[in-house]
Amino acid sequence: MPDLLFATPALPLDEAGKYVAGAYIVFLVLIVVYVAIMASKLGRMEKELRELAGFAESRAGGEAESSSDREQVSADV
Amino acid sequence: MYGKGLKPLSIATVALLAAGLSLVFFYAPLDADQGFIQKIFYLHVPLAITALVGFIVGGVFAIAHLRSGNRKWDAYSYVSIHMSVIFGVAVLITGAIWAKASWGHWWVWDEPTLVSFLIVFLMYATYYPFRYAIEDPDRQARYASVFAVTAGAFVPLNFMAVRMAQSLVHPRVFATTNGGLPGSMMFTFLVCLAAVALLWVTLVKLELTAKSTSGQLKRLRRALDAPPTGSGRPRIAPEVS
Repeated sequence: MPDLLFATPALPLDEAGKYVAGAYIVFLVLIVVYVAIMASKLGRMEKELRELAGFAESRAGGEAESSSDREQVSADV
Repeated sequence: MYGKGLKPLSIATVALLAAGLSLVFFYAPLDADQGFIQKIFYLHVPLAITALVGFIVGGVFAIAHLRSGNRKWDAYSYVSIHMSVIFGVAVLITGAIWAKASWGHWWVWDEPTLVSFLIVFLMYATYYPFRYAIEDPDRQARYASVFAVTAGAFVPLNFMAVRMAQSLVHPRVFATTNGGLPGSMMFTFLVCLAAVALLWVTLVKLELTAKSTSGQLKRLRRALDAPPTGSGRPRIAPEVS
């Protein structure tokens, strides 16, 4: 890798380099911001899915409990 | 379903972008006229071409929506336009940087290429308020599709008008007379164009996947009859099922 870097031509990072670097950094920043927004959306969806899973589990648990109560009542009768 | 193939697509995009950047800085020769500044060309022009083609693609999806009435095509059209607007922001910023470096001004109002792109960009910037001013989802999708078709037809017309304007200020590097790009520059440009186009496709797919997942979550919530969670924000984009 250092050999490769040594072999590459020196980039003229003077006045022109400042603008070229600026243009490519703007592009990179836009992509990073977009990916960050998408990551935040994904985080929200994950949270929502977890809450829905919890809701479904609690409802299934409640239904199982009430059916076992019903069975208990019928057995007592 | 939309997420299928997203991983290899992302890897291919990153690889092609890396290859493109390597070619730009270590293979393509310095331009005799502009020198190192011309390296912006390999980013700015592919972004502009991809954004403009993306707007046209959005129009084509809108036609499919109007013909079939399938909301899926409306979502495709929306995401295509959305991504092209983001690319358009990058085009305007990189173009302004290039203009400042080459001409000494951030913006030149008598240059048809710049002004025409700004007009196209601003036209598509009105797509969002136009779309969300309509509450009924079906009408919203239909009107947005009509907008996308009309605006999409305007893009190539605008492009042709600018080419016919015969400006001497903006370089015409794809001209067949008076030179044009040498082979190594053209090869680098084509790799960069492919990389940026692939990036557009990947981001569109990612956005569609996110919208589809969000739609599935809403369906799940309705099926469970659960109360809405989170901030309860209003819907700001078409659902994809």
